[in-house]
Amino acid sequence: MHRPATWPRRPRNRKFQVTSMATAVLETGERETYLNREYGIKSWLLTVDHKRIALLYLMGITFFFFIGGFFALLIRLELLTPAGDLVQADTYNKLFTMHGQVMVFFFLIPAVPAVLGNFLIPIMIGAKDLAFPRINLLSWYLYIIGGILMVYTILAGGVDTGWTFYTPLSTEFLKTNVTTAALAVFVSGFSSILTGLNFIVTTHRMRAPGMTWNRLPLFVWAHYATSIIQVLGTPVVAIAIVLVALERLFHLGIFNPTLGGDPLLFQHLFWFYSHPAVYIMILPGMGIISEIVCCFSRKRVFGYKAMAIALLGIAVVGFLVWAHHMFVAGISLYAALIFSFLSYFVAVPSAIKVFNWTSTMYKGSISYQTPMLYAFGFIGLFTMGGLTGLFLACLGVDVHVTDTYFVVAHFHYIMVGGMVMAYLGGMHFWWPKISGRLYPEGWGRLAALLVFVGFNLTFFPQFILGYMGMPRRYWDYSHSPEFQILNVLSTAGATILAVGYLLPMIYFLWSMRYGKPAPDNPWNAAGLEWTIPSPPTTFNFEEQPVVTWEAYNYDELDQRREEVPVAH
Amino acid sequence: MSEHISSVKLYVGIWLALMAGTILTVVVAGIDLGPLNPVMALAIATTKAVLVVLFFMHVKYAHEKLTKLVIVTAIFFFLILLALTMADYTTRLWT
Amino acid sequence: MHTSPPATVEGEAHENPALLHHFATEEQQKNAASLGMWLFLITEIMFFGGMFCAYLVYRYAYFGDFAAASSSLDLKLGTINTIVLIGSSLTVAMAIRCAQVGKQKAIVGYLVLTIILGVAFLGIKAIEYKQKFDEHHVPGLANFHLEGHVPRHADVPVNQNHAQIYFSLYFAMTGMHALHMIIGVGLFAYLTYKAYKGRYGPGYYTPLENGGLYWHFVDIVWIYLFPLLYLIDRHP
Repeated sequence: MHRPATWPRRPRNRKFQVTSMATAVLETGERETYLNREYGIKSWLLTVDHKRIALLYLMGITFFFFIGGFFALLIRLELLTPAGDLVQADTYNKLFTMHGQVMVFFFLIPAVPAVLGNFLIPIMIGAKDLAFPRINLLSWYLYIIGGILMVYTILAGGVDTGWTFYTPLSTEFLKTNVTTAALAVFVSGFSSILTGLNFIVTTHRMRAPGMTWNRLPLFVWAHYATSIIQVLGTPVVAIAIVLVALERLFHLGIFNPTLGGDPLLFQHLFWFYSHPAVYIMILPGMGIISEIVCCFSRKRVFGYKAMAIALLGIAVVGFLVWAHHMFVAGISLYAALIFSFLSYFVAVPSAIKVFNWTSTMYKGSISYQTPMLYAFGFIGLFTMGGLTGLFLACLGVDVHVTDTYFVVAHFHYIMVGGMVMAYLGGMHFWWPKISGRLYPEGWGRLAALLVFVGFNLTFFPQFILGYMGMPRRYWDYSHSPEFQILNVLSTAGATILAVGYLLPMIYFLWSMRYGKPAPDNPWNAAGLEWTIPSPPTTFNFEEQPVVTWEAYNYDELDQRREEVPVAH
Repeated sequence: MSEHISSVKLYVGIWLALMAGTILTVVVAGIDLGPLNPVMALAIATTKAVLVVLFFMHVKYAHEKLTKLVIVTAIFFFLILLALTMADYTTRLWT
Repeated sequence: MHTSPPATVEGEAHENPALLHHFATEEQQKNAASLGMWLFLITEIMFFGGMFCAYLVYRYAYFGDFAAASSSLDLKLGTINTIVLIGSSLTVAMAIRCAQVGKQKAIVGYLVLTIILGVAFLGIKAIEYKQKFDEHHVPGLANFHLEGHVPRHADVPVNQNHAQIYFSLYFAMTGMHALHMIIGVGLFAYLTYKAYKGRYGPGYYTPLENGGLYWHFVDIVWIYLFPLLYLIDRHP
């Protein structure tokens, strides 16, 4: 089947092709969509269609998710017994380092923005594409180049700095592949910067007539806030990592205490980005949850403006708290007090979000479909992760639990319990739009349940372990075998979690071929993305949409549905 | 983005001011102003930078506030980086 | 309402081949490009910002050694370079003005002048680097040595480690700046070629304007680097 090579190949200097509109029908009788418009590997690798780029990202991100997960599983297996019997200490150091680096830089940070954000933001605001489609493709290539460097690092023997590259360990003492790992993070950082830049410009410049700031879906607000952090924060970690590489290559002393440098300076520069990076990971997830909760409660979100301001508030306050990662590293006590105090402030906008989701559900007509199950999981687990974060913001408690499994459990509740839950919820919610197929609902609910149970079984014991004093990053705890029972529970949970993660991948792939064709709006949800066909056409909209309604107008939607019975 | 077209005279004037600032900062560096030394150097540099931003980069004529907001945001977060980092270094009880 | 795509999209595509398909109007495209460029520049502010932060920390800690090391730089060459770079900012501004008023040939002239000044800056910087190399002021090398004492404290010799940190930052900051200059020269060579082909005029000069923003930004970085690196505690 051959299509004339029109827009996706060379957008420049070509006039707009009227024939490529949504009503177009292929020779086979199928409706033309962004998926079947062109075939062949070139039509994917050189595409500038934001939806195709989103799918390219999806493949990369899924790949790295399973690589990172594989390392996690090895870590859990090693900790099944107190003795260090599965791997050597050095190998274990590499395992948790590469688990962290792969998961943070190649899964958590890009996952939601690069896949769902890329796919949905232009559609949600009524645009044909992101503002800079070619830069969008460039950022995917940067992500892939960074990814190849990471894979090279892994294959060449790994790296064991810890995901944080702390100096002078990373600059002076290690003989492993620190430089290539640093380069991988550096390059993928630029991918992240360009994505953020693209989203900000798109949100400002590409909104459809009537799509005012007060009508933006919270998903778009969340990505806007995320993008601010990406644009402002990522360059700082980029330069910090450049300095680490230079110090390694030329034996400089910027971070080397024996040469008059200060290792804590690296930590300042690193956490200036890497703390806000936590919000890069969680804010898009919050955007997803807002969409899902409204849809399955059939209500407008409670406190729309407060929700939007809270997203921006988290982004801004997130920049003021970074040194709470360094409380016991030797920073000034007075500075530690300031940072401890400021850290509490992040709780305010975060709590506003949790309260407002709950209030949105209050008296709503809730249905328990798969995306909503993930949303429930997110709200509960994020709350736990957030509250234990308050323990850590408190100077005294932090001294006790720093570098224990308490910290590990805390950030996994946010990252895995929060962000991965939201990502999966979002994938289920928008999968019919992305693929044009329905996934099997029963399997979906089962997987959501497995993920929730498996997650809690994996990470709740780690809170207790940490509070009892088990340090993180140890491969051998034979001096205190009483930790074993909780570690066994954790490893068992990780197995369930792994099954929970594999299931969606299997039935998503299955549904692409055998799933029922999805209607345009399977959830009867509000939002521009549900007004266009599933899957959408290359240019998203047949004609320029004009928005005359507020976001989440579920009252209107349901009223209209009652008046006009839907044919089944 | 501005459609504003500045006069040649204005550009040359700004250029002369920048040159004067450069000479001034070198001359002032030779005079001991005590704690005001770095303040003076940064004040001159900032004046020069503001001239470049406003006139050469046409921010003065931008017809929406967004450009200014973007610049101010960046400077704000840069100063946050400096201020909170120095909050640590200036108050350590050890060296 | 429309049943066909908005007329504006098709209509204006004929008028200006530079209008990309997903923008409705030229103004929208221009505004998007401009905002994108400014956002890129703030990432650059934060990128250099990390090094300025490191500089501030060590200047605060090792002020005397920084002053001694700073005095070893060639003030004359540094000043000349500042003047060269400021001159190039003027020529960039003039080139854009020529595009605005439609003087096609003058655009090329000013752009070529900009490139010449940019290359001159890099040449002078190379001479300074060579000097530092000859004087054994390159950090990380075994032969590093900075003679002398802390200014106005004849009894306090320069701490070699602290001086190395100064020179590490000096090379990192000026080196990163020079890298931006090299990219800028490459960018302007491309713009010159396009201008020579008659691509820019009153109707369309967005790449020129954005290239100019980049060049001015690199200039501003130098406006700060010059006093911070060359002029620490120079007075007698």
